[in-house]
Amino acid sequence: MTLETIAGLYNYWMVIFLMMTGFYIVLARKNLIKSVIGLNIFQTSVFLLYITMGKVNNGTAPIIPPAIVEAQKSAHESHAGAAAGGVAEHGAGVAEHGAGVAEHGAVVAEHGAGAAEAVHAAGDIVYSNPLPSVLMLTAIVVGIATTALALALVVRIREDYGTVDEERILELDRGE
Amino acid sequence: MIDAIDSHLAILLIVLPLMAAPICVLLGNGRAAYTLALLVSILTFACSVTMLDEALEHGVIYYDLGNWHPPYGIEYRVDVFSGFVLTFVSGIGAAVLLYAPMSVRDEIPASKHYLFYATYLLCLTGLLGMCVTGDLFNVFVFLEISSLSSYALISLGKTRRAPLAAFQYLILGSIGATFILIGIGLLYQMTGALNMDEIAARVPHEDGPRTVLVAFAFLTVGLCIKMAVFPVHTWLPNAYTYAPSVVTCFIAATSTKVSVYVFVRLIYGIISPGFAFNFLPLDTELMFFSLAGIFIASTAAIYQDNIKRMLAYSSVAQVGYMLLGISLATPTGLSGGIVHMFNHALIKGGLFMVVGCFVLRLGSVQMSDWKGAGRTMPWTATAWVIGGLGLIGVPLTAGFISKWLLLTSIFEAGWWPIAVLMLVSSLLAVVYIWRVVETLFFAEPSEAAAMATEAPLRMLIPTYLLIGGTLVFGVWTTYSAGIAHAAAIALLGEAP
Amino acid sequence: MSRFPIIRIITKLLIPYILLFALYVQFHGDYGPGGGFQAGVIFASALILYGLVFGLEAIQRVAPPRIIEKGMALGVLVYAGTGVLTMSLGGQFLDYSVLEHHVLTQWHVPSGQHLGIFLVELGVGITVASVMTMIFYAFAGRKHAHDT
Repeated sequence: MTLETIAGLYNYWMVIFLMMTGFYIVLARKNLIKSVIGLNIFQTSVFLLYITMGKVNNGTAPIIPPAIVEAQKSAHESHAGAAAGGVAEHGAGVAEHGAGVAEHGAVVAEHGAGAAEAVHAAGDIVYSNPLPSVLMLTAIVVGIATTALALALVVRIREDYGTVDEERILELDRGE
Repeated sequence: MIDAIDSHLAILLIVLPLMAAPICVLLGNGRAAYTLALLVSILTFACSVTMLDEALEHGVIYYDLGNWHPPYGIEYRVDVFSGFVLTFVSGIGAAVLLYAPMSVRDEIPASKHYLFYATYLLCLTGLLGMCVTGDLFNVFVFLEISSLSSYALISLGKTRRAPLAAFQYLILGSIGATFILIGIGLLYQMTGALNMDEIAARVPHEDGPRTVLVAFAFLTVGLCIKMAVFPVHTWLPNAYTYAPSVVTCFIAATSTKVSVYVFVRLIYGIISPGFAFNFLPLDTELMFFSLAGIFIASTAAIYQDNIKRMLAYSSVAQVGYMLLGISLATPTGLSGGIVHMFNHALIKGGLFMVVGCFVLRLGSVQMSDWKGAGRTMPWTATAWVIGGLGLIGVPLTAGFISKWLLLTSIFEAGWWPIAVLMLVSSLLAVVYIWRVVETLFFAEPSEAAAMATEAPLRMLIPTYLLIGGTLVFGVWTTYSAGIAHAAAIALLGEAP
Repeated sequence: MSRFPIIRIITKLLIPYILLFALYVQFHGDYGPGGGFQAGVIFASALILYGLVFGLEAIQRVAPPRIIEKGMALGVLVYAGTGVLTMSLGGQFLDYSVLEHHVLTQWHVPSGQHLGIFLVELGVGITVASVMTMIFYAFAGRKHAHDT
């Protein structure tokens, strides 16, 4: 393994570092708030893992350049490329569409390339894979929901026990 | 019109409870929300029965969401196995709701009722979604929907330990879900697909690159946490013990089974048993952990004085039987594991309903408070006896069918020491069930028990629906073992 | 924090732009980066900022918790309702292409895929904005419940 490959895997090293840090905090910390923080770091490392794998060398953001959109609009008006136009419009908006129907991103990459060919303008544009980013948007939403719920539970625990230290809580429970 | 609805059944199964949940919130009234939830859960049950019937007759049902075809779009896919799991999950969802109102009124503050039913429906949506979808990432999304709502449901318990139990489950559950997410990501990296059939076609089945191995390891560990397999089961006893009775009924009967379903899909539908069991020694490991779980958890159950906790440990042990069946990878063994999912859902759902009845009348789940309650609440106590016999696996109960299938296939494989261990483990179940029976019928009545009256009919009828089911499906096996066998054959045949 | 005039005035100046930006991200999501989730979060952040500076009571007068609670449900209904609409028009669930129409084409009224994604993102936006605000209420309101 040369230095170049080690440096080239920089993102993955960061993923592993974050993952292990987060996981350790979750398992080792007895403070409930700190385990929530650890869980967040752990989840963030997975976001990074997905986004890293979606990057294509020299690829640009998977947004169809305005020039092509314009060309397609004219095609759309002449009813020649109605289907392709619909897909392209859909594609631009879909990158953030994360509430569960996340899959469509792949269609963008696929049909986006197809549309580009039809327009002759950008056959050589390389797009990054948008799908992992879209998936992660869903995972981020899930992460927010988890964190909010966890914090809400901690608030209630704190109200009932007067502490957020797990050892202390277990002690109080034994004392009953 | 009927045809039009018929072609959309797979999505209606998800959309109905998913839309009913926000409508419950909009209604803002406990009674109205309950009526809607009951109606919708019965409708989803009807949907799944129809689909199971269709899958049995015409084969797999496919449904492309938004008309995006796989491998790009999300595909819903119902075959005999998923139809079977869908049917009993939605059936138990409906039965528990039928049982719910009195117990909910007793245990949950009235201002939260409509939110309770909304969350319950979301949990049902998540569980059904995990079974219906053919897309691996979608499984994760539905898994989180069901998990998040079950954390919320568990935290509604009366004691101050309920939020703590929910929090501990949340931490472990989220670790499990994140492991699953990592596994899905690595599989996507290797295959470029998220559709399960597509991944199965692209993933190597004989010898895998390290990424596939790591992905498989993450998925297995993550699902084991969700299934509460023995060494990572620690969240389960507290969660089941401190949750409201209705929630325990529902979650104990369905949640772990759906995770087992996903695990079976992973091994038989994606990775192939050849890879998991021949190339990797997963079968011996599963067998070891399931046997260890059966023994240790059953023994732990014997020493519990809290009856909910006792049944919770028994659930950990029962998951062991399912895994045992899965690890055998023969038609008989696998169908034994699958039918045990169904039987255990019936039995455990029924037993937890009995516990709920006692809690309503006696206000306690401690063994000492139940003394002599069998004399004042004979019907409820009889339901416990029947359910207990099913749990032990006495002939003529559903529990016998699945254990018989498992035993047969173990003998086929020639592992008689394991068969002996299985029989001995059933004796452990006899001990803990008998402890309760003895308390109920032969101990001097406690004050509360002497004053108690029979549980209300509204709760007894659903209880007997499930408990009676264990007797019916112990004799008449066409629709339990028969379908499970068909599902097992399909799973084994489908594996490349 | 309403004692500090600088914070108060800056907040009052900023909030309209934050709300405007949220709407931009919401409605421009079809063409550029953006969409319902981001817009919802930005919108809620304006409400939360107002709540932080002027107090919980002030913000709850603007956005009463009961309305916010219904908003959470409404957004999900808009999303799923779009799916049911496409089903009733003869397509698959969330198959936006059946939403194609030719009403007022010269005014660029969204139709087809465009309309579908617009409605779905609207649902997402409403739900996310409500949920974020609700989370703020749940945590900020907790202390009040404790004091009284």
